[in-house]
Amino acid sequence: MLSHLPILQVILPLLGAPACLILGRGKLAWLFALLVSTLSFCIAATLLYTVYHHGVISYALGGWQAPWGIEYRIDLLNAWLLVIVSGSSTISLLAAQSSISTEITLDKQGLFYVAWLLCLAGLLGILATGDAFNVFVFLEISSLSTYTLISLGPNRQSLWAAFRYLIMGTIGATFILIGIGFMYIMTGTLNMADLAERLPSASESPTVFAAYAFILVGISLKLALFPLHLWLPNAYSQAPSIVTTFLAASATKVALYLLIRFTYTIFPSEFSQFIIPLADIFVALGIVAVFSASIAAIYQEEIKRAIAYSSIAQIGYMVIGLGIGGVLGLQAALIHVFNHALMKATLFMALAGIAVRIGATTLTSMQGLGRKMPWTSFGFVAGGLSLIGVPLTAGFISKWYLVSAAALAGRWPLVFLILLGSLLAIIYIWRVVEALYFKSAADNSPVKEAPLTMLIALWLLILGNVYFGIDTRLPVSISYEAATALVEGRP
Amino acid sequence: MLSGIYGFLSASFFVLMDAVDVAFTEAAVGSGISPLLMLLTVALVGRHEKQNPGRGLPALVLVTITGALLIIGTLSMPDFGSANAPAQTHVGPYYIEQSAAEIGIPNIVTSVLASYRGFDTFGEVAVVFTAGIGVLSLLMLKSSTPETPAVTSAHKHKILRIVSKILIPPILLFSLYVQFHGDYGPGGGFQAGVIFAAAIILYTMFFGVDIAQQVVSSALLRVLAAFGVLLYGSVGLVSMLNGGTFLDYSALADNPITGQHIGIIVIELGVGMTVAAVMVMIFYCFAGQVNTAREADE
Amino acid sequence: MTLLLTHYNYLVVVVLMMAGFFIVIAQGNLVKKLVGLNIFQTSVFILYISSGKITGGTAPILQDGITAYSNPLPHVLILTAIVVGIATTALGLALVIRIKKAYGTIEESEIQQRDHTC
Repeated sequence: MLSHLPILQVILPLLGAPACLILGRGKLAWLFALLVSTLSFCIAATLLYTVYHHGVISYALGGWQAPWGIEYRIDLLNAWLLVIVSGSSTISLLAAQSSISTEITLDKQGLFYVAWLLCLAGLLGILATGDAFNVFVFLEISSLSTYTLISLGPNRQSLWAAFRYLIMGTIGATFILIGIGFMYIMTGTLNMADLAERLPSASESPTVFAAYAFILVGISLKLALFPLHLWLPNAYSQAPSIVTTFLAASATKVALYLLIRFTYTIFPSEFSQFIIPLADIFVALGIVAVFSASIAAIYQEEIKRAIAYSSIAQIGYMVIGLGIGGVLGLQAALIHVFNHALMKATLFMALAGIAVRIGATTLTSMQGLGRKMPWTSFGFVAGGLSLIGVPLTAGFISKWYLVSAAALAGRWPLVFLILLGSLLAIIYIWRVVEALYFKSAADNSPVKEAPLTMLIALWLLILGNVYFGIDTRLPVSISYEAATALVEGRP
Repeated sequence: MLSGIYGFLSASFFVLMDAVDVAFTEAAVGSGISPLLMLLTVALVGRHEKQNPGRGLPALVLVTITGALLIIGTLSMPDFGSANAPAQTHVGPYYIEQSAAEIGIPNIVTSVLASYRGFDTFGEVAVVFTAGIGVLSLLMLKSSTPETPAVTSAHKHKILRIVSKILIPPILLFSLYVQFHGDYGPGGGFQAGVIFAAAIILYTMFFGVDIAQQVVSSALLRVLAAFGVLLYGSVGLVSMLNGGTFLDYSALADNPITGQHIGIIVIELGVGMTVAAVMVMIFYCFAGQVNTAREADE
Repeated sequence: MTLLLTHYNYLVVVVLMMAGFFIVIAQGNLVKKLVGLNIFQTSVFILYISSGKITGGTAPILQDGITAYSNPLPHVLILTAIVVGIATTALGLALVIRIKKAYGTIEESEIQQRDHTC
């Protein structure tokens, strides 16, 4: 059974979804979804362990060898991402039932979990596959279910946010499809490893250039890379709170994975270095993203929206890491993918807890909550500290590796800009901390602490933030190995 | 209306380029389902339209850039119809040469779709299922709505009722033909599912959603939609238990070719089931909205 | 000129794609946006199918006495893509209906106006 792990990873949630629909609504669906998600997290962890010790796993679906059949190919990079995505799904699902009870009517709760499992399966499928067209299919599974999840949000704005995301997302996916089509026309294959072998001989051709450009733009739309980020703040702030927690920790990470996969594994390396000044474009876009989004975050009254803007800024940091390049830059990006998932999940989880009890997450409504909901509020503070990059939190490790990668590359202005970006994060986090602890509430009616399952999930995340801020062996060693393999172009 | 013609046009375009299976599907989708859903939506939201100027220019700029990139991309492509293009010499020929020996059915498209790239098709079924879940969660009618009296137009129109009785059985038969003939000619689970759904949709249009629901209830549709996906997946699981990899039909029987046959028939059945159930489910949702809107007007 | 003759199919693709893309961006009416998206996607289908055509080839259904077949792989990919397309359209239309109910309009500008006023 062990050799089937790569496929079980994906089909478990994919088959779990229809089973969940038959099972019914409410609590039962929740327990089932939680079970499925936990199992797939265990599978991901086992895969990571296996790949780390024994190297790349290839799995031929249908018994047909690549490039004729579809291949699943697990290396350290996607095993790492599989753990992050399934982990954040599991921990968000743990808190989901209490959170959606106030936001979604009972008759739709069953469908909610079905859509959730489909979304999880789609994201895991994108990560695991070694076939370019299969990426598109699973991208659409995850996208359609994400639109559904967002549209289940409590206000009517959620519908509009979902529609806009649907239009943008479909354009992005179609661009990726065009790019894959161009690559196919020039090489005759869809398998990633086979493409990597055959593209260099065609790399002179403008068609391959156009293919790369379409794929880059398509992925950037999904990644919400500046200036294609406009759908994200609406989508994240209008979705049900717990969906935001899950998506913020996973969906954009998967898009970043695709960016890395296409840039490093599939397209010839001299291509992205010489034909387009890609590294400089990445750094420039990343910096603009960090500053514009951080400044926008400062002016938001709705805190879910502010943290959504902060996500765009954090994506900026990851892309800067890619732009710096080399093993160190890539490693910094991969560490930040993990740590950002941790800290964003913490922040959104705390906000979800607040939304359950007071029904809103605006700055004024959160005044004085520090005393009324100390355990929940502390979650926000911890996540915020990590986001800023205070020592002894996971966020510090991210910033440390990013700054040292920039410094070793001799790019001192970049070091300065990254640190300046962190100062902006202090401002938008401080505004919330001030409201929570130093302003008194308008009315003094007592507010209960967030529900128990949410508190457990939140504190697991807080512990994660602290633990990975101190013991960095796991993310550092894995991201180092993964980055080295990518840069050296090892299969 | 125009989009229906567009659908037919692109379908005939595909026939010209030898893509009969694709043409079949596009005909069913492009001139069948998609205009139908569009019309229902327009009936619900009204034709009212407003001119809003100001977006034209930036849009034009974006579109021009994209178009330029596309032209750059297509210029250096191999000539249209060339037999020496990489796409014709690398992976494609393998299917043409080997599928008869490895799968044993004449329709190569079905071989590739159901077996070589069977996992893509599994994903496709999952996409259909996802869309069904999405539409259901958006447009599900509250179960508390009172049952409307079942007086609908068809009861007044005897002709329609008779016409439908003549039309619907052949359509259902045809869908079964398409379902099981996919190995030899164009067709397969998806097309069959759509045609099957068309028959039920026709029935619904004549007799009203309420009566149709007595024949095929929403709860049944949900179970069918889920069951189709599970059926497809379980074929994969069984082949895994028999020692193959996921969806390796050769492991299903002692003789690999027999195994392939069994596998393809069963998964096509799963595809047809999910597609038909989801299509009818989506139609019910849309039509139910039209009904409630009409009641609100009265 | 020869380029025009050997690539005419791709030109159709480019024109359709640009038209569809333009409608998606410039139209304020949500239903029309989805129609544009449809056209945009169909153009990609034609791109793929064009790449599979071989002059003198026939449909890829094995028959005695025929040696040249069109490439089946793009057909398979596009079958999948068509299904994905209709799935997206259905979900989009369902969203439009809900938006109409919640906002009373399906014009982009009016929706944004109503969101800002309340």
